[in-house]
Amino acid sequence: MSGFSQQYREPLRKERSSMLNVAVIAGIALLSILFRVYVSRFVPYLQYLELPLLVTVYFSLMWRSPIAGALFGATVGLAQDSLSHHLLGMFGIVKTLVGYFAASVSLRVDVGNPLLRLVLGFFFFFFHQLLYWVMARAMLGEALDFEVPQALVLAMLNAIVGVFLYQLLDRLKVTG
Amino acid sequence: MEFFLSRYRNLSVLVAVILAQLVLLAYQVRTNGDVRLIRVWAVGAVMPLARVIEGGRISVSHFFSDYFVLLDVREENKRLKSELDRVKMDNQYLRAELSTADRAKSLAIFQAHSPSKTVGAHIIGNDTGVGAKDVFIDRGSSSGIEPGMAVITPDGIAGKVTKVFSGQSQVMLVTDGTFAAGVISQTNRVHGVFRGQGFEGSGRIEHVQNEQKVDPGEWFYTSGDDRIFPKGLPVGEVTAVHQGKTEKEIYISLSGFKNGLEEVLIIVEGVHAPIPSAAASADPPRLLPPPPFDPADGAPVQPLQTGPISTDADRVKEQYRKLGVQEGHPYGERGNGAPNYNTPLKQDARPEAKPEKP
Repeated sequence: MSGFSQQYREPLRKERSSMLNVAVIAGIALLSILFRVYVSRFVPYLQYLELPLLVTVYFSLMWRSPIAGALFGATVGLAQDSLSHHLLGMFGIVKTLVGYFAASVSLRVDVGNPLLRLVLGFFFFFFHQLLYWVMARAMLGEALDFEVPQALVLAMLNAIVGVFLYQLLDRLKVTG
Repeated sequence: MEFFLSRYRNLSVLVAVILAQLVLLAYQVRTNGDVRLIRVWAVGAVMPLARVIEGGRISVSHFFSDYFVLLDVREENKRLKSELDRVKMDNQYLRAELSTADRAKSLAIFQAHSPSKTVGAHIIGNDTGVGAKDVFIDRGSSSGIEPGMAVITPDGIAGKVTKVFSGQSQVMLVTDGTFAAGVISQTNRVHGVFRGQGFEGSGRIEHVQNEQKVDPGEWFYTSGDDRIFPKGLPVGEVTAVHQGKTEKEIYISLSGFKNGLEEVLIIVEGVHAPIPSAAASADPPRLLPPPPFDPADGAPVQPLQTGPISTDADRVKEQYRKLGVQEGHPYGERGNGAPNYNTPLKQDARPEAKPEKP
C-alpha cells in the first residue's frame, strides 16, 4: 500500500476513535446520573455517593482543559438539575466551577497519584456541598442544613470511592 | 477586548457559562416557571434506561420467585399425594392467603374497590437533588396523568404529581419537607395540615390548637380541603402529642409506606369518601347490679336522674317548644325568622314557681 493511502486512513481512524471516546464519555456521564436516579432507590445510603461529581472531577483532571472541564461540569450539572425538583442551574453552576478548578489544578500538578486524587476528591466534594448550600441559601432562600462533620465524612467516603473509580476509568483509557 | 478574550480565554468562557446559568435561574425565579425543554431532554435520556433496567429487574425477580415457587409446588405435590385431604385443603387456603398478600394483586384489588378512578404505576427512579424526596414513575401525560394529581398506595397517601412528561412523571413524596395536605382526625374530627419532615416514615400535623383534643394512637385521614387528595384516605397514626406554645406538636407515622414503595396508584378522578368511624376504644365498664333493698336503710335511694341529662338550657328550650306548639310557630327554626328569646313569656306559659321550703 502506498504512503498516500496510509496517510489518508490515519486521520479517519483517529476521528473514529475520538468519536468513540466522546460516546463513551457521554455514556459514563449518563450512567453516573442513572446510578444516582436508580440505584439509590434500593440502597438509600448510596444517594450520598455523588458519582456525577466524581466523574466530572475525573474528566476535568484528565483533559487538563479548564474550558472543557467547565462545559462538561455544566452539562452534567444541568442534567442532574433536570432530574431533581430544584431550579435548573443550581448543580449546573456548582459543577461548572468544580470542572474548571479541577482542570486548572491538573495544569499544575501530576494528577496520576492516587493520594493526590484522594485529596482532590475530598476537597472538591466538600467544595461542591458548601457552594450548593451557599447558593441555595443566598439565591433561593432555602433553609437547608449544612452539617460540617457529616459533609467531611461524606467527602472522605466519596474520595475513597473516587480513587477506585478513577483506577477503573484509567483502565478504560477514555480520556477524550 | 479581543486581547482580553484571548489572554483570559478560560476565564471568559467560565464567566459566560456561569452567567448563562445565572440568567436561567433568574428567569425561573422571576417567572416562577420552568425551562421544560432541558428537563424533557434529560428525562428523555435517562428515564428510558431506568425503565429498561427496572423492567429487567422485575423480570429477573419474577423468574426467580416463580422458579422457587414452582420448586415448592413440586415438593408440596409429592407430599400432598401421601397426605390426607385435610392437608390439601389447608394448602389451598394457604395459597389463597399468599396470593392475596401479593402486593401487586392487593393493589389491583384496592384499585377495583376504590371509589376513585386510579391508574397504577411503577417507581422507576429517584430524584437526584440534595435530600431528595421525589421519585419518578413510569406513567406520564400519555396515560392521562396531570400535575397535581394525588398518588396513593392501598395503605395511605404517598405523594402528589409535580411534573409530567410524555411517559414519566415526577412525584413529590409525602416525606418531602415542603409537602402539605389537609387532614382530619378520626375520633375527634380535628382539622389540621400534614407536613413531611424530610425523612422516611413520619410527618407532623400542624395548625391544631392546644385546646383541641388529639390522642396518641388516633388516626388522621385526608380531609379533602386541599383539593388534591379526596377525603377519607388514611394518612397515618399519631405517635406523639405535645402541647406547644399555641398549637399542638403532633407526630404521626405514615401508613402509605408500610409495605415499601414500588407500585403506586395515581388518582385520575377522585371521589370523596366518609371518614371511617373509630372502633370503640374500650368496652364499657361492667357495672354491678344495684344493692338489694334493705328495710333498715329506709326508702330505697332513687338516682337523681334516670332520663337524659337536663340542664337549664334544655328546660328553656322545652318551654319554648311548648309555646311554639300553642302558637303554631316553630321557635328556633331558621327560615321563619329568628326567635326572640328576650320577649317576656306569657304568664300562663311560665312554669309554676314552687314555694321554697325553709
